[in-house]
Amino acid sequence: MKTFEWADAISIEQAVALTVKGSAFKAGGVDVIDLMKERLVEPTRLINLRTIPDLDKIEYDEKTGLRIGPLVTLAALSEHDVVRSKYTALVQSAAEAATPQIRNMATVGGNLLQRPRCWYFRSEDFHCRKKGGEKCFAQDGENQYHAIFSNNLCAIVHPSATAVALVAMNAMLELRGPEGERRVGVQDFITPPDVDVTRENKLRDGELVTAITVPALSATAKSFYMKQKEKESFDWPIADVAVVLDLDGDTCKSASIVLGAAAPIPWRAREAEAAIAGKRIDDKLAREVAATAMAKATPLAENGYKVPLFKTIIARTILAAAGAGAKG
Amino acid sequence: MPTSRYPVGIAGAEIKEVEREVPENAPPAWPINEKLSVVGKETPRLDGRAKVTGAAKYTADVHPSEMLFARMLTSPHPHAKIKRIDVSAAEKAAGVKAVHVLDRVMGVAQSKEDQKDTKYPIVRFAGQPIAAVAADTAEHADAAARLIKIDYEVLPFVVEVEKAKQEDAPLVFAGAASSEGTEGGGGGPSDVAQHGNVRGPAVGGSVKEKAAIDKAFEGAEVIVEGEYRTQVQTHCALETHGVVADFKPEKLTVWASTQGTGSVRDELAKIFKLKKSQVRVITEYMGGGFGAKFGAGNPGVIATHLSKKAEAPVRLMCDRKEEHLSTGNRPSSNQKIKIGAKKDGSLVAIHVVNHGTAGVGTGAGASAGSRMYPCPAVMTEDNDVFTHAGPAAAFRAPGHPQSFFAFEQAIDELAHKLNMDPLAYRDLIDTKSDVRRVERKIGAEKFGWSKRKPPGSDAEIVKRGMGVAQGMWGRYMNRDSHAEVRITHDGSVEILSAVQDIGGGIRTALAQVVAEELGIKPTDVQVKIGDTQFPNGPGSGGSVTTNSISPAARDAAWQVKQKLEKHLAEAVGDESWKSLSFKQKCAKMKVEQLSALAQRSEDYAKGSAGPGGVQFVEVAVDTETGQIKVERVVAVHDCGRPINPMGVKSQINGGVIQGISYALFENRLLDRNTGVMVNPNLEQYKIAGAKDMPAIEAILVEQYYGKSSTDAAGIGEPATVPTSAAVANAVYNAIGVRIREIPMTPRVVLAAIEAAKGGKA
Repeated sequence: MKTFEWADAISIEQAVALTVKGSAFKAGGVDVIDLMKERLVEPTRLINLRTIPDLDKIEYDEKTGLRIGPLVTLAALSEHDVVRSKYTALVQSAAEAATPQIRNMATVGGNLLQRPRCWYFRSEDFHCRKKGGEKCFAQDGENQYHAIFSNNLCAIVHPSATAVALVAMNAMLELRGPEGERRVGVQDFITPPDVDVTRENKLRDGELVTAITVPALSATAKSFYMKQKEKESFDWPIADVAVVLDLDGDTCKSASIVLGAAAPIPWRAREAEAAIAGKRIDDKLAREVAATAMAKATPLAENGYKVPLFKTIIARTILAAAGAGAKG
Repeated sequence: MPTSRYPVGIAGAEIKEVEREVPENAPPAWPINEKLSVVGKETPRLDGRAKVTGAAKYTADVHPSEMLFARMLTSPHPHAKIKRIDVSAAEKAAGVKAVHVLDRVMGVAQSKEDQKDTKYPIVRFAGQPIAAVAADTAEHADAAARLIKIDYEVLPFVVEVEKAKQEDAPLVFAGAASSEGTEGGGGGPSDVAQHGNVRGPAVGGSVKEKAAIDKAFEGAEVIVEGEYRTQVQTHCALETHGVVADFKPEKLTVWASTQGTGSVRDELAKIFKLKKSQVRVITEYMGGGFGAKFGAGNPGVIATHLSKKAEAPVRLMCDRKEEHLSTGNRPSSNQKIKIGAKKDGSLVAIHVVNHGTAGVGTGAGASAGSRMYPCPAVMTEDNDVFTHAGPAAAFRAPGHPQSFFAFEQAIDELAHKLNMDPLAYRDLIDTKSDVRRVERKIGAEKFGWSKRKPPGSDAEIVKRGMGVAQGMWGRYMNRDSHAEVRITHDGSVEILSAVQDIGGGIRTALAQVVAEELGIKPTDVQVKIGDTQFPNGPGSGGSVTTNSISPAARDAAWQVKQKLEKHLAEAVGDESWKSLSFKQKCAKMKVEQLSALAQRSEDYAKGSAGPGGVQFVEVAVDTETGQIKVERVVAVHDCGRPINPMGVKSQINGGVIQGISYALFENRLLDRNTGVMVNPNLEQYKIAGAKDMPAIEAILVEQYYGKSSTDAAGIGEPATVPTSAAVANAVYNAIGVRIREIPMTPRVVLAAIEAAKGGKA
């Protein structure tokens, strides 16, 4: 790790003003320290955001919905009573990430903006396409944890679990940078490799996430998130799914179904969403919808197992959201 | 020779009194544990508080004044010839005090045809150390190491075993290569033929010819055959390899994270041409080794060179990446196992053909399981396949977990084919071991084996199953183990030995043995170990430590007690001292100190039975996700006379935990296209955590051999041998599909279930 400057920011304006060439923002610091240790980033100055007051608040209004400060920790989010009762999938995605120690430090903003965990990207031994190199080493390499959709340019899976739930809930981001403020949907904010393979989102230079807002869900909406890992302790998902169902009894009026660990972005299973709308939810339908979600998967040599795995997890998550009782 | 009557047998089953000839000056036999007051009683670690509060100083905590920090530079290429090394920029870099370029690599196989037209060691794996720097700060050392310029001639490489076996594969070694094991075991057999990258077969068993073993199978009525694969596992000790070396003209002092203080001393004395008496090695506390920490190794040699050049103490601790890449691993295996039996179950023939890779080392043999059950015709063929990968090192029961994973599954499969209960079948064929028979009975009752259902009969999606497997290990000891016990006028007692406590708890066990003999409490004994200034101790490998050093400790304590009594008889004149407490007796001494030094005596009796155990496992297998959860383990083990049952159970827990982690998660993955490890950390190299652990019930069976004054045997290694097989057998019982590959990840399990549906199981 190289030596660097440290600057505590006391306001968003000041944090933006503190940016210099090569500087980086630090929230919980979980990801940036990892990246620095592997020399993937070598910031000249770290701007500490945790000293900015009031960015760690969770507010809820029945009409406008949820407003989450970017410095809210995953632990705080998963313990919040209102979020727990109304935004089940979001709580589950935060609560199942990493370890208790990391959840106490990791922030929602940092979780959304963390770099991918692809082992080729994370190793200084591989100069891959995402780092400006010529090739994606995962294509014909060790790709068991890689993407099964949209994987031909760069086969990372998007690392954020909360992003999976936030996309399913049509969440928005409030951003502030040198050019002022703007609002953008989480789904539009996160970008696939063909937009810019070296990046995972549209964050501009010197720009900060100042809030994450989630619209009020319909009174008849139910959500659920499931994460399948290899290990129970401290593991990344090999498949995770967030489902939001708007229900009329046991019939689905509309749905959003979003897959994590499937693609370089939280993967919205549009065809599956269409296949479930207007139908009575039962075990058979859940399995059909899951199969629809997987119909266009393009697995690599070592990750074909993810296709049947996703079929199971999608079906279980749909049934759990519908209250139909998940098996397993 | 004097004789003494010793308890021999299994507590709770049958104990006999057997007369043994013992050496002069041997203490009288101890009765079985229930009649002792300190030994055999659950005793918390004496150093537990120091460890959890951070008061215990490990190697990386040692910081002599003026100490420098070292950093290695390693090869990014798996195979290359180094044409030129330019260290000039590194030497001039800020804070740099010394640069060292390696002239040899420790811990790898060597070939005589190696170094023909190059002065630097040929690079044979990505991560091989090449050079190192020492600087005033870790940051300066890190920056300077990156300034060393190396011109490589990059050569073709092979990291996959199947490709390495092919005729046209790039050769790892130009000629015959071999490497020796350590006190922890490992290493390959000598005098074995080598063709290309394949070194072998090393043939074992009673039958030496293929035709003869084929003929033996003609007598079989039932045959099982299977191919089993195990992965490369890295040691992942919590504390990485490392030393602090302080080279002075007349004396070298090294603080080392080692399993053998003596082995570090000997290696450094040889390399630096010092007398052994000039080298002092200190290991006061040690954070685990699992077999990979014998000798000085590359870090020890490099740090000493740097210290010599810089004339200052140098700390070199490997980082986690270096630890994964270059400090050892458990070899892979690909075992083809064939077992033949009569319809009554009696074994007829066993044939094992194994190809494994120890990378640029040797020692991939994996046929120990075939020796557990008597069988008239056994042939084993072990082959080391060289690949351009980091060298293996001894790893907790070298060769055994991989062998037993396969062999104990094959026995399980055979039992099913014979329509016999797998546990009852072992009662039939395991005729060599009385203690395992007792262990099977105790375990079956505790575990509830009778509730086991037929394989695959659970109708749920998440299916539960029960499995059992056995393991064994040798009862090894090192006679070159010495301890001195000193008693002092104020009643204080100390025991001194160079033996190191690598986490197994020998510090506490020694205090118990001395306390038992002197009639005091373990906390009254000062245990001074882990320093070559003390009497020579055994290396802690092969599960020898307690068996080797505890009899020496008891003998020394008994002998010093004799000296005290003789001294008091002469000094006091009457017999009034006889009724005094130990401390009061000491107060009557007319000298400040009495002491006795004892060496581990020869065993009092011959016999080869070693410690082992039987493990029962219950799993839940989600047949739609392929995830296996181990829910419950009952592990029944023997290790002679347990000195500290709490410590022994802790070792069994650790063995089971590491076995489950091996069975389900761990896997060193090399990128097939570049030969570079893709998961050299503890995030992507998956190792079991707290939530992955089942309830583990460790049960001890006391076995008395009447072979030494403490009669202890080892437990560290046998505890991990049967676990992966027991898990796999439980998985078979749950889903009716046999998983012949570890780690049993969702990917592997889903594939096996899918293949079974297609009738290809």
